[in-house]
Amino acid sequence: MAVRNVRRRIAVFVLVLGGLWAIWEGYKWLWERTGWTRPFRVDDLTLPHLHAIVLQLREPTSTGDDLWLYLLHSALFTARAASIGFLFGALVGFALGVVLAHFDVLRRGVMPYVVASQTIPILALAPIVVRGLGSVTIGGAPPPDWVRVAVIAAYLTFFPVTVNTLRGLRSADPWALELMHSYAARGWTILWKLRVPSALPYIFTALKIAATASVVGAIIGEQTASISNGLGGAILNFNQYYVLEPKNLWATNLYAALVGIGFFLVVLLAEKLVVHRAPERLV
Amino acid sequence: MSADGSVVSIRGLTKVFGKGGVTALQDIDLEVGRGEFVSLIGPSGCGKSTLLRIVGDIVEPSEGDVTVNGKPARKARLDRDYGIVFQAPVLYDWRTVAKNIALPLEMLGWDRAKRAERVRDMLELVELTGFERYHPWQLSGGMQQRVSIARAFSFSPALLLMDEPFGALDEMTRERLNIELLRIWAETGSTVIFVTHSISEAVFLSTRVVVMSPRPGRVASVVPVDLPQPRTAATREEPRFFELVTEVRESLHATGADEVEETLATEDEIA
Repeated sequence: MAVRNVRRRIAVFVLVLGGLWAIWEGYKWLWERTGWTRPFRVDDLTLPHLHAIVLQLREPTSTGDDLWLYLLHSALFTARAASIGFLFGALVGFALGVVLAHFDVLRRGVMPYVVASQTIPILALAPIVVRGLGSVTIGGAPPPDWVRVAVIAAYLTFFPVTVNTLRGLRSADPWALELMHSYAARGWTILWKLRVPSALPYIFTALKIAATASVVGAIIGEQTASISNGLGGAILNFNQYYVLEPKNLWATNLYAALVGIGFFLVVLLAEKLVVHRAPERLV
Repeated sequence: MSADGSVVSIRGLTKVFGKGGVTALQDIDLEVGRGEFVSLIGPSGCGKSTLLRIVGDIVEPSEGDVTVNGKPARKARLDRDYGIVFQAPVLYDWRTVAKNIALPLEMLGWDRAKRAERVRDMLELVELTGFERYHPWQLSGGMQQRVSIARAFSFSPALLLMDEPFGALDEMTRERLNIELLRIWAETGSTVIFVTHSISEAVFLSTRVVVMSPRPGRVASVVPVDLPQPRTAATREEPRFFELVTEVRESLHATGADEVEETLATEDEIA
């Protein structure tokens, strides 16, 4: 049963992959054939062959490394900043959710600011944060580049975690709360033995959203901080030379997507290990 | 019954919900002696569940006194003097059967070895040995409610509060669990207050049946049940059983509880 399910999922995955490939290549073939220009002209510059993008990974770059290695270094740099930012943002988001869930007055007063924090465009805020942190010194030296990037990633991470933690903590079954009350349980015990476990499915939903958002946040953070070691730098760099070699930028996007998917899968795995629920009750 | 021998003593209890709002319970006086099995029966909305919750200090009374083991209800709750079973099993999905049963023991600060031993005894008591590592959603409704009962009995509380614990189960499972509950009650020597809207269940289980009137809920009558112990499936076929069922039914009718007739009709069909 389980093996059949896994096989089926792999089959569907491969099928969808094939379908996407067919759409991409079919579109390219048809538009090049007919010379259609709407919605945009199609040629090797705007839409390279997929296999050409993959083969490009073996070409050397100006740094001397092959593209695949260069992008791997970039991806690891971004992944480090994003994962640290993600962990930090998740912890802050969770703590904030717990505090706000416990103090009604505080929630009403603080929640508008939490929401406002996310309506400020990250593109406007990131340079300020990055520059501000650049002037901070820790032990006589400014924080390393990746710390500044991680802060932006954390900024994008905490919000969904706070909102869902808040919602999840309040989702505990009223009877289960009465049961705890009958045991004369203290607030702290109720929090750890009932409210947090009840909130876990909600929190993991937020973490899945935050996992991908933290990668995007890290890339934007790198770009606004002019930090060139990560995927953000690679994107800016290859964007400048797009006319000369479009496949480099496409390959970079591929790496960025893989980092995001990797983050998502790690959260998914953690959820499987941590959250024990009836299958139909998983959020 | 003297007040000294009472596990639960309720005097002049009134409960009004909201400001000048609905009177749910009015002038309730009730004594429950040690080792008794008392059922509260009445139409929907008569406040029987509220009465149970007031005894458990989950809801506060508007007027009157409730003492449990000679202490105010609040003190009794803080001393963990009672166990409670709800209409739903209210098990924690993320805990295994064994860990669900151990929950109150953790609260009481029992060490791991002592908890494991008690969980083993409890599983044996509710005949679920072998299921300790299952999660609640892997069990049937009847099994889940047995886990819930094991959890309530696990720390040997003097008093058991049960709020229609078998209401959601099918008739066959319910009758089997009725017999099981009586066996556990006899083995543990505990005192039970049991809310139900099934007349036959109330008569079968109880040493006394308290019939309540529709809102505002009052004690309309108390029917002592003199069926011999231990009760078995055969008890349900004794003439005395039917006489008592009729007596409770007539008391309910006398309160003008129309809703109960539906329950009666379905019960007659099954019989």
